[in-house]
Amino acid sequence: MRDDKASIGKGVDGSLIALYLLLVAIGITAIFAVTYREGDPIVSSFFSFKTDYSKQFYFFIIALAVGTFILLTDSKFFPATANLWYAVGIVLLLLVFPFHSNVKGTESIIRFGGFQFQPAEFCKVCVCLALAKYLSRIDTDFTKTRSQLIAAAIAVSPALITILQKETGLALVYFSFFLVMYREGLPAVVLIVGFSIAALVIATLVIDPNILAIALTAIAALVIYLNRRQVKRNKGLLITIVLIWGVCVGIQRFAVPFLFRHILQKHQTERIFSLFGKDNPYNDAPDEIVAASAKKPVNTADYNVRQSKIAIGSGGVLGKGLLSGTQTRYDFVPEQRTDFIFCTIGEGFGFAGTTVLLAIYLILLFRIVAVAERQRSVFSRCYAYGVAAVFFFHITINVCMTVGLAPVIGIPLPFISYGGTALITFTILLAILIRLDADRQMVLR
Amino acid sequence: MPVFNQSRSYIIRILFLVTFLVIAGQLLNLQVISGKYQQLAENNAVFRKIVYPSRGIIYDRKNRAILNNTITYDLMVTPSEVSGVDTAALCQLLNIDTAEFKARMLTAIVRNGRYRPSPFEQLLTPQRSARLEENMWRFNRGFYLQERKLRTYPFNVGAHMIGYVGEVDSGIIARSNGFYQPGDLAGRSGIESFYEKILMGQRGVQFLIKDNKNRLVGPYEQGAYDTAEVAGRGLRTYIDVELQQLAEKMMANKVGSIVALEPRSGGIITMVSGPDYNPNDLSGSAFRKNYGKMVLDVSAPLLNRAIKGQYPAGSTYKPIEALIGLNEGVLTPRSGIGCSGAYYGCNRPVKCTEKWAGHADNLREAIAHSCNSFFSNAYRLIVDNPKYGNVKDGYANWKHYMNAFGYGDRLGVDLPSENKGNIPDTSKYNQVYRNSWNSCTNVTLGIGQDMMLVTPLQIANSMCIVANKGYYYTPHFVRDIDGETPADTILNAFRKKHEVLTHISDTSYETVIGGMYDVTQVGTAKYIPKVPGIDICAKTGTAENYRVLNGVRTKLKDHSIFACFAPRENPKIAIAVIVENGGFGSTWAGPIAFLMIEKYLTDSLRADRLKEVDRIAETNLMPGWLPQAQYKADSARAQFYFKLTKDSAYLKKFFKKDIPHDKRDTTAPKPRPLVVYKHALEATEPKNTIDLKKRTT
Repeated sequence: MRDDKASIGKGVDGSLIALYLLLVAIGITAIFAVTYREGDPIVSSFFSFKTDYSKQFYFFIIALAVGTFILLTDSKFFPATANLWYAVGIVLLLLVFPFHSNVKGTESIIRFGGFQFQPAEFCKVCVCLALAKYLSRIDTDFTKTRSQLIAAAIAVSPALITILQKETGLALVYFSFFLVMYREGLPAVVLIVGFSIAALVIATLVIDPNILAIALTAIAALVIYLNRRQVKRNKGLLITIVLIWGVCVGIQRFAVPFLFRHILQKHQTERIFSLFGKDNPYNDAPDEIVAASAKKPVNTADYNVRQSKIAIGSGGVLGKGLLSGTQTRYDFVPEQRTDFIFCTIGEGFGFAGTTVLLAIYLILLFRIVAVAERQRSVFSRCYAYGVAAVFFFHITINVCMTVGLAPVIGIPLPFISYGGTALITFTILLAILIRLDADRQMVLR
Repeated sequence: MPVFNQSRSYIIRILFLVTFLVIAGQLLNLQVISGKYQQLAENNAVFRKIVYPSRGIIYDRKNRAILNNTITYDLMVTPSEVSGVDTAALCQLLNIDTAEFKARMLTAIVRNGRYRPSPFEQLLTPQRSARLEENMWRFNRGFYLQERKLRTYPFNVGAHMIGYVGEVDSGIIARSNGFYQPGDLAGRSGIESFYEKILMGQRGVQFLIKDNKNRLVGPYEQGAYDTAEVAGRGLRTYIDVELQQLAEKMMANKVGSIVALEPRSGGIITMVSGPDYNPNDLSGSAFRKNYGKMVLDVSAPLLNRAIKGQYPAGSTYKPIEALIGLNEGVLTPRSGIGCSGAYYGCNRPVKCTEKWAGHADNLREAIAHSCNSFFSNAYRLIVDNPKYGNVKDGYANWKHYMNAFGYGDRLGVDLPSENKGNIPDTSKYNQVYRNSWNSCTNVTLGIGQDMMLVTPLQIANSMCIVANKGYYYTPHFVRDIDGETPADTILNAFRKKHEVLTHISDTSYETVIGGMYDVTQVGTAKYIPKVPGIDICAKTGTAENYRVLNGVRTKLKDHSIFACFAPRENPKIAIAVIVENGGFGSTWAGPIAFLMIEKYLTDSLRADRLKEVDRIAETNLMPGWLPQAQYKADSARAQFYFKLTKDSAYLKKFFKKDIPHDKRDTTAPKPRPLVVYKHALEATEPKNTIDLKKRTT
């Protein structure tokens, strides 16, 4: 018994566990601040499973149990079953199509009994494991394009399924795994091209199409002029430049409108455009809502963000104190227990509170990277980077959307947002990492 | 294991750090640098509720409340909370059908949204609110009763002097520098307006928290910033509400005015303007229904003729003139004139109603019989006094006296928008007669006409000066303010004694007062039944009344004027009465004044006098031209709106075939509808100067 305990505890990274417990505690406190009403009996309602903070508390108990179970598991189990988990994850994702229940416009939730389960959330763990497994295979040569494509397919295919479930926000998370591939040697060019395309898409949204086309043409002409000597010698270069120009204009002229008209949901395009303070120009189906909104008093798409900014901004330097925030206490910010939980902290504890929270997250991320770098096994390292990437993406996008730097994408803030699936998933992600790290002396494949 | 690409771990860390710094920068911007969000959050969540105090109450001289506050109820509904309510029962209680119920719910939702309460039925009658209150438990989900304070007037009198409370208009809001907000109530006329600051009290402010649906959820910071409201203070006035009731009763169906003052204090005991209205008609929800009607009534019931009606003073001015003459030394008590029915001193004779010899043998006789010859002559003596060299300086001196008697300028009564009357300046006559005029030009000033115009209040005030032998207090209603402090300076002006004419000798006053006593004993008012045991000093007046009707200047029945004070020794009441179209001063105005005196000084009326009151009250002296003028005004307005809107519905009821036969005026010259008469358009608005075409004898 004693020996067993020692073997569990041995090598376990205490700082990660401490950070984890701290964040969960902050989360439950924040949810308490949102949902507690004067006169509620605190202690009894905490254990009643009726209020949200009580539910979150029980989710935490479950998460702790799951985490302990994982810590008791042999670390070889994870690389050994990684592909199996991936298969399970994909199957679960596909099961959503026949069995989903419609909750708040999303079709990604399976409901059994009183519980809701979102496979897209859980599938992150599977992808993380499978990607690590693939990258750590001895016969994977990640310098080859073929391997890179396979790795990308492993990461992106659940994303595609998730998009079909109208959960674009969750799907975007899977693109964060490119960070892992980058660490493992994915050419920087790929990321540069990716960023360029992203920049081009944003430019398409912000700048008038014709002006942008002219600007692109001018840039292309300038590049040809500057490289006129090489172009004279090498016709291939000219063709490349013209091709790039063609692709750019194509994206700007056809791909982006197609994306906004046919792939993204209407509310998503509106959220994106409201971020830039614009009306949705791709709304070419003027239905009765648009007709009625000829005199629309407020832009409803950015209501959340405006109220969220007001909430955070009104916190000031030191905040109004727990339970004193008028914005978050009186439901001005929608979804403030879940996706907009950051507002509660911003309003209650001010700039001091938000920076401290960001610092805790940054310490967590740096700690995970440090842990990753001390792994001997490629599997463990890849997995650790996967965890860091997922956390990083969630934190960045969630906080950015509450402060108005990113469009509203419904993804939770790790360990803090209300929600059982999310909390348990993040706990599993971290617990597996801690388990793998505890056995870092072993070489895993 | 070879470590490839380890440098990239640092790039990733830098990526993390930079991203977080960018977020921290935005947070710094939102929370620390940009200060606007705190205010925005407060606007979002804190509702500043103004708590209106109850207005002060106005008491009469015997501390009876002339007006009071009552509470009525509005039935309010919060549409989102209505569920499981017995709609049929509610409809039955309110006496509406379900279609009406649905329509009202829709109105409520459109007006204030689903989550905020809106009025479902306003100003419930007492019976209905009582029945609703009993049954409220059945409608508690979504419905509740909200109380609302309302002015009521238990005696149904004093509309003109009390004024009314109404919603502030844009002018008041602009002048108040943001103190009043749209929808606030304020005194709009009369005492309610003049003493607004005292009556309104101090508003309280409650800060309440509201949620995202604008529902109020509780006090902000446990009410730490709230201020309590302070109720308006009461006003103790000189008004005798029983006398006021009597006066209004006698003024029924008449155009004119009654003002009664207390000479010792300047307190206004009674002020009536006819036609008048019930003050309850302009209270609460009744306002909207009645106000428009009153504004368009050509008999101008909203006009307070006591301070705004301008009449020729007529013979009531003669005692004043006698005092001026005596003080200037141009008259003596023994002065007399031989009058045979007219004054021939100027080119145009001035007619006198008395012809018999000796009716103006001395000053007292001349006052008692109201001899026009005597006072025409007296006026000429005053302005042609050699002491002043020329007529203009003499006139200026006369005008100085007149102003001292309170004529020609505002007295400063505690009511808004008092009129000046008119005592023309020398320059006015210079302008009209191109500098060439003498005492004959305006000799009729001596009998209170020419350009002279006075208000009933000024007549009553001049009677106070005579009664007081030279001093007066500015006429005013309010004696005390409840809980008065030195900071309340509003009454100071009314407590100042104006000793304007005490330099006139007591013997002069005694002579004139004796003459006025003779008026009731042997003079023009001798046929009015006496009040036993009370010596009344009075002066009758009769003003000729001309009016242009259908383009013809028509002589109408004279206005009846009466000015008096009583008792002769130690006067307690001074009264001015004007009854338009009343004939001689002693026909209607005199009896009214005598009844007032009897009621006020003996506190009751004898049985036969009560019959006289009923006789007066039942007499209709409304001018006969009113219906026709009303018709013209209405049809001209209809024409105006027809031109504006091209909607012939405005004209329809004026088409001949649509006029009911009994409403056609067969006696008057045939009206010509659909033609815009300029004067008819003017008649749509109550004018301050009514009946300028009047003459006195």
